[in-house]
Amino acid sequence: MKILICISKTPDTTAKIGFADNNTKFATDGVQWIINPYDEWYALVRAIELKEADPSTTIHLINVGGADSEPIIRKALALGGDEAIRINSESSDSFFVASQIAQVAKEGNYDLIFTGKETIDYNGSSIGGMIAEILDLPFISHAIKLDIDSSNALIAREIEGGEETDKINLPLVVSCQKGMAEQRIPNMKGIMGARTKPLKVIEPSSTEEYTSIVSFDLPPAKAGVKLVSPENPEELVRLLNEEAKSI
Amino acid sequence: MSVLVFIDQAEGIIKKSSFEVASYAAQTAKILNTTAEAIVLGKVQGTLSSLGNFGISKVHTIEDANLNHFDAQVYAKVIADATEKSGAQVVVFSNNTTGKAIAPRLSVRLKAGLVSGAVALPDTSNNFVVKKSVFSGKAFAHVSIKTAIKIIALNPNAFNIVKEDGAAEIIPFSTTVPNSRIEVTATNKITGDVPLGEADIVVSGGRGLKGPENWNLVTDLAQALGAATACSRPVSDIHWRPHHEHVGQTGLAIAPNLYIAIGISGAIQHLAGVNRSKTIVVINKDPEAPFFKAADYGIVGDAFEVVPRITDAIKKLKGIS
Ligand SMILES: Cc1cc2nc3c(=O)[nH]c(=O)nc-3n(C[C@H](O)[C@H](O)[C@H](O)COP(=O)(O)OP(=O)(O)OC[C@H]3O[C@@H](n4cnc5c(N)ncnc54)[C@H](O)[C@@H]3O)c2cc1C
Ligand SMILES: Nc1ncnc2c1ncn2[C@@H]1O[C@H](COP(=O)(O)O)[C@@H](O)[C@H]1O
Repeated sequence: MKILICISKTPDTTAKIGFADNNTKFATDGVQWIINPYDEWYALVRAIELKEADPSTTIHLINVGGADSEPIIRKALALGGDEAIRINSESSDSFFVASQIAQVAKEGNYDLIFTGKETIDYNGSSIGGMIAEILDLPFISHAIKLDIDSSNALIAREIEGGEETDKINLPLVVSCQKGMAEQRIPNMKGIMGARTKPLKVIEPSSTEEYTSIVSFDLPPAKAGVKLVSPENPEELVRLLNEEAKSI
Repeated sequence: MSVLVFIDQAEGIIKKSSFEVASYAAQTAKILNTTAEAIVLGKVQGTLSSLGNFGISKVHTIEDANLNHFDAQVYAKVIADATEKSGAQVVVFSNNTTGKAIAPRLSVRLKAGLVSGAVALPDTSNNFVVKKSVFSGKAFAHVSIKTAIKIIALNPNAFNIVKEDGAAEIIPFSTTVPNSRIEVTATNKITGDVPLGEADIVVSGGRGLKGPENWNLVTDLAQALGAATACSRPVSDIHWRPHHEHVGQTGLAIAPNLYIAIGISGAIQHLAGVNRSKTIVVINKDPEAPFFKAADYGIVGDAFEVVPRITDAIKKLKGIS
């Protein structure tokens, strides 16, 4: 079985969010970069588990990003990817990114294409569905469990107001979230091995961009907390009712 | 030309997030000097003409056995046909699990730029720019859509419903509906509870509550308020509460009117999922807990003493005995 994992580079979850160049760019000074948690903890680790169960499985990683994505790609290789492809582009347009990935995916004949549920910086939750539509494949979003039974995937997923289990013929695209697997830490052997695993860099094909980011801004700061005495919690109820008008 | 909105319904019941998107579509149509139309897929029982009260002028309906089960691929095909037929220039979804599955597919089909996680009406003064939530609620981006057709997925609880007087005209619509390639083997609906993503009030508990046996503190308060319940990530990781209650950076992102956090420290990853809430109340025994910095109201005190008294005061206020 061949699995393609889409990995994206995001700021660490504790990174301070600020903007530069007249609020048109994310301020990257001092920011630590990580693999988007959904891509790493859930998509990649579940693929590694499938490979452990069936060693004939191969795991390819794909990233659309600049050279500064390479540390996170190496980390994903250290965790257990077999080889990686980086498409050399900084585009933030979801359709552009999805088109680039779909082209590689088409040539690679993958049985499964995994994405994370969303990136924690752009929060698009769009790329998986777009790849599936470009390739005319089924898309299972918000998967929380996935098993393979010969040529079928058995998937539990979140739907509006509940859960559903599905059986779908491979190939397909799946977006992964909590439940799929547990976070792992790369071991020494993996880290050493990752250095020599293939990481191919290709140039993007020309594709239209549908959207562009004009500017960013931050939400207004909170006025500050109004403390109520623990001796008189009933006062909180009065404030919520009369002042905040929220109950 | 028109604005088309996808109305999500379950067993004939239209959800709150659908009224929000209907209202959003109607207000967008006003900006563009056109009308707002809705599309409803599958069997419907309710009276759809009442969508007129949210500013919708026409409702396109289509019933087909293949639409009774949700498949984003099939739905996107049918919605694309409806978009072309109604000449819609903007298509609106709720950015819930259903919208997130359909909108990207529709974007590819219609060669239409998509902004998901929108929090405000489009700004048409200079091209077509939509404000969206980014960095898990910690910032906003203004995104320009450059294609002829535009798709917007609106965050739940981000837009106030505007009520109007009116009745929508129901127009049956037909097109070929492909078979689904997904075989659904089981569904498990969480019924009875208020869905967390749509709840007006959320009461949430953290590790400070010490164990699942103490959760009645949270559920009693939630019940008195008619609220949904949530929890911090460690609480769901150690199985005190079900996974679907986990909010934060790696869980659900919510934006209720009122969020009450009990025994939660307020780590940055937790705040990422709740910081869009209108009013935040924090109850924590540690005055240094970081959550107080993000709160509107707070009590520095022991949850086990304070919360039951709050619950009683709310019951009294609401006349529940
Ligand atoms: C990459 C990453 C992603 C993460 N994603 C999430 C996420 O999505 N959501 C999330 O919640 N966390 C997330 N976390 C974890 C987060 O960093 C915190 O560890 C977590 O939120 C802490 O949960 P807590 O506040 O319940 O527990 P604690 O930090 O243990 O806090 C318990 C609080 O209860 C208070 N307390 C104790 N006893 C009482 C009492 N009797 N009365 C009142 N207060 C009391 C204490 O003062 C303390 O502040 C993530 C972490 C990482 C690294
Ligand atoms: N630049 C990228 N390169 C590779 N995969 C990506 C990239 N951006 C997003 N993805 C994948 O698409 C998923 C959803 O991203 P988004 O639609 O931006 O929220 C992520 O979890 C990744 O799996």
